[in-house]
Amino acid sequence: MTSRTVYLDHAATTPMVPAAVEAMTARMLEVGNPSSLHASGRQARRVVEESRETIAQAVGCRPGEVVFTSGGTEADNLAVKGVFWARRGADPRRTRVLTTAIEHHAVLDTVHWLEEHEGAEVELLPVDSHGVLDLDALRASVGRDPASVAVVSVMWANNEVGTLQPLEEVVAVVGPHGIPVHTDAVQAVGQVPVDFARTGVDALTLTGHKLGGPCGVGALVVRRELGVTPIVHGGGQERDIRSGTLDVPAIAGFAAAVELAVKNQAEHAARVFALRDDLVRRVVEQVPDAHLHGAPLDGAATGRLPGNAHLGFPGCEGDSLLMLLDARGIECSTGSACSAGVPQASHVLLAMGCDEESARHSLRFSLGHTSTAADVDAVVEAIAPVVERARAARA
Amino acid sequence: MRVLAAMSGGVDSAVAAARAAEAGHEVTGVHLALSRNPASYRTGARGCCTIEDSNDARRAADVIGIPFYVWDMSDRFHEDVVEDFMDEYAAGRTPNPCLRCNEKIKFAAVLDRALALGFDAVATGHYAQLRTGADGLVEMHRAVDGGKDQSYVLGVLDQEQLRHSLFPLGDTPKALVREEAARRGLLVADKPDSHDICFVADGDNAGWLREKLGDRAPNHGGDIVDDATGEVLGQHGGTYGYTIGQRKGLRIGTPAPDGKPRFVLDIEPVAGTVRVGPRERLAVTGLRGIRPRWCGTVPGTLEGPGVTVQLRAHGDEHRARVVVTPDGPDTEVEVELLDPAYGIAPGQAVVVYDGTRVVGSATIAATERVPA
Repeated sequence: MTSRTVYLDHAATTPMVPAAVEAMTARMLEVGNPSSLHASGRQARRVVEESRETIAQAVGCRPGEVVFTSGGTEADNLAVKGVFWARRGADPRRTRVLTTAIEHHAVLDTVHWLEEHEGAEVELLPVDSHGVLDLDALRASVGRDPASVAVVSVMWANNEVGTLQPLEEVVAVVGPHGIPVHTDAVQAVGQVPVDFARTGVDALTLTGHKLGGPCGVGALVVRRELGVTPIVHGGGQERDIRSGTLDVPAIAGFAAAVELAVKNQAEHAARVFALRDDLVRRVVEQVPDAHLHGAPLDGAATGRLPGNAHLGFPGCEGDSLLMLLDARGIECSTGSACSAGVPQASHVLLAMGCDEESARHSLRFSLGHTSTAADVDAVVEAIAPVVERARAARA
Repeated sequence: MRVLAAMSGGVDSAVAAARAAEAGHEVTGVHLALSRNPASYRTGARGCCTIEDSNDARRAADVIGIPFYVWDMSDRFHEDVVEDFMDEYAAGRTPNPCLRCNEKIKFAAVLDRALALGFDAVATGHYAQLRTGADGLVEMHRAVDGGKDQSYVLGVLDQEQLRHSLFPLGDTPKALVREEAARRGLLVADKPDSHDICFVADGDNAGWLREKLGDRAPNHGGDIVDDATGEVLGQHGGTYGYTIGQRKGLRIGTPAPDGKPRFVLDIEPVAGTVRVGPRERLAVTGLRGIRPRWCGTVPGTLEGPGVTVQLRAHGDEHRARVVVTPDGPDTEVEVELLDPAYGIAPGQAVVVYDGTRVVGSATIAATERVPA
C-alpha cells in the first residue's frame, strides 16, 4: 500500500475548498426554512438569496435566473424536459430536440427518454475527430425546419476528453430562429471563462462538487423569459420551477465555491494546464505509442479543459490500467460510463471516430486545484511498467 | 501471495475472499460480468450476473476491506460457454455450462489475465480441497461437506490451473460458512444458493433454446416414439428440449402397456425424434469419454476399490474401471461401470476419482446400454 494517494480524477469530483466547508458548516447548526416567514426563516432566506447573488455575479446572469437544484443531472433534466414541454405546449409542431453525440448521459438519456415517451424527434449531431461539434451539421439540421425545433442542448466542455464546444457560434446559428439553447457547463465553470449573458445561451447547468463545493447541489441558470415546465412539483419554490425545501448549508457552500473558482479561474487554469502538458509530454516519452484524445494541447488552453489529459494506450484494456494504477495509489478514470460496473466503449470516443478497440484502451487523468508536480512525477514513474503489464494481460 | 478473489455476489465467494485476506494474502475482489446486458440474465438474488449481484459483491469487498473491480468477460463467456451450450443441445447432447465456464473462463481467461497483471492465484468459493501430494503435485479432493462438494465441476482443471487456485471453503460445511458470513458482517449471509443456469433468466431451458437457436435448431418439433414398438406416442416441440433420462414433460397420452412410466432413451436431432421407454432401458454399463483433462500425471489404467466415477453434478459415485488410451490428440477414456448408472447423457462430464482425489475428467461421447 502506498502512503500517499495521487488523486487525478477531479472531473469525477474534486475536493471541497476550505471556504466552502466553512460556509456550509457555519449554516448547519442554524434552523430555518427559507420559506418560513419568521426571523429564522428570513435569516435562512437571506443566506439563499445572497448565495444566489454571488453565483449570478460569478457566472454573468441575474440573480433571478438562478434555479437551485440537487445537482447537474437534475438541472440537465429540468432544462431539456422542461423547455421541451413548455415549447411544445406553446406550439405542437416543436418536437425536435437537437444535441450532440458526446453529451453526458444526464442529457443523452433524457433526450432518449423524451424520444421514447413523449414523441420527441432526437438528432444527435456529429463531432469531428477532436470532439468539436460540426456546426455545418447543426446549421443544416436547424435550417431544414427551424419551426419544429423545441430545444438545442450543447455541452460547454466534454467531461471525457475535455473538448470545449463553440457555444457562441451555436447561439449565432440557433438564436436568430428563436430556439432556446441549453448548455451543460458542469465541467467548465472555474476551468475556463463562463459568462452566461455574454454567450447568449438560454439555460446553463452548473454543479457544486465539480468546482470545490458540496455534492448534491447545483443550479440551472435560465433566462427569465424562457418558459420551463417543472419536473418536480410541490411547494412552489424557485419561481415554481423547482419545488422542494432549499438546502441552505449546501447552497451557501456551493456559492462560496463558485465565487472562489471563478475568481481564481485564470490563475488555476494556467497552473493546471502547465502540469497537464508536462504529464502528457512525459507519459508519451515513457510510452511512445500513447496518444492524446481530443483537442491538441495548445498552450493557451482555448480548445480543451486545462486539467484534462485523455490518453490512449494501444494494446491495453483501460480497466487493467486503472486497476494497476489504483494498486499504486494513483486514481484516474477510464472515462467511460458504467452500468453494473461493466465498462462500455465510450460513446464520446466512438462519436469521435475511434473504433471499439481503441475506445476501450483509454485513461482519463483529470487534474484540479490540489494537483501538484509530485502527482505528475508519480504517474510518469508508474506508467511504463503498468502499460507493459496491462499489455501482457491482453496477450 | 497476491490473490484475485472471484466474487459472484453470493455468500460462498464472499467468505472465500474474506478467508484469503485473513490468511495474509493481498486480495483483490473481482466480479465477472458475463453479460453486456445484465437484465437478460437472472434477476433477483438467485443468479450470478445481475446488477444486484455485482453490488452485493462490491459491498462484501467493502466489508472485507479489499479493492474491488468488475471485469467484463461477456464476449468470452458468450463465445465459449453460451454458444457451446446451444451447439450441444442442437446436437442432441446435454452440456454442463458450469464446467465449461470453469475450464474456459474462471480458470483460463480470468486466471491468465490475473497472472499477467501480477496476481499469483485465483480464489473462488467452490467447495473442494487442494493439498500437495508426496510427488509435489497439487491434488484436488472432494470437499468435507459431501452435500456441497463441487469437485465435479472443477474436474476440468489441470495441474497448472490447480497450482494457481485457492478454494478456501473446502474444509467447511456450508452451514458454518453461512454462520461465518453473518459473523463477519457480510450481508449476503442469508442469500439463497444459486441454482440452474445463470444465463437462462427464467429457468425455462427449452424456451430459452427455442428462442436463441432459431434457425440453428435441427428441428422445432417431431415425434415421440416408443423405442420398443416404433409407435408414435406424441409430439414434442424440439429435440433440444429433452435430455436422456428425462421423465417429466413428455405429455404422452397413452399409458404404457405395463403401466410403468416412460423416460427419454435417445434423442435423434436430425430425424427430429425423441425415443422413449422404461427405466431399465436407461441402464448404462460403460461409456466412452473424449477430450480428457487430467489434474496431474496422465494415468494408464485405473482400477481398484477406490476408483469411482461421477456422471453428473451432485450425482452418485459409481465404482469403475477406467482405461486411458495412449496420450495424444485423439486420446480417449473407456469407462467400465461396476455399478450400473441410469440416464447418462452424452455431453455431460465423467469425472474420475481415486478415493476422494480427482484424477481428471472427460466429456461423455457415447454410452453402452444393456442390450434390449
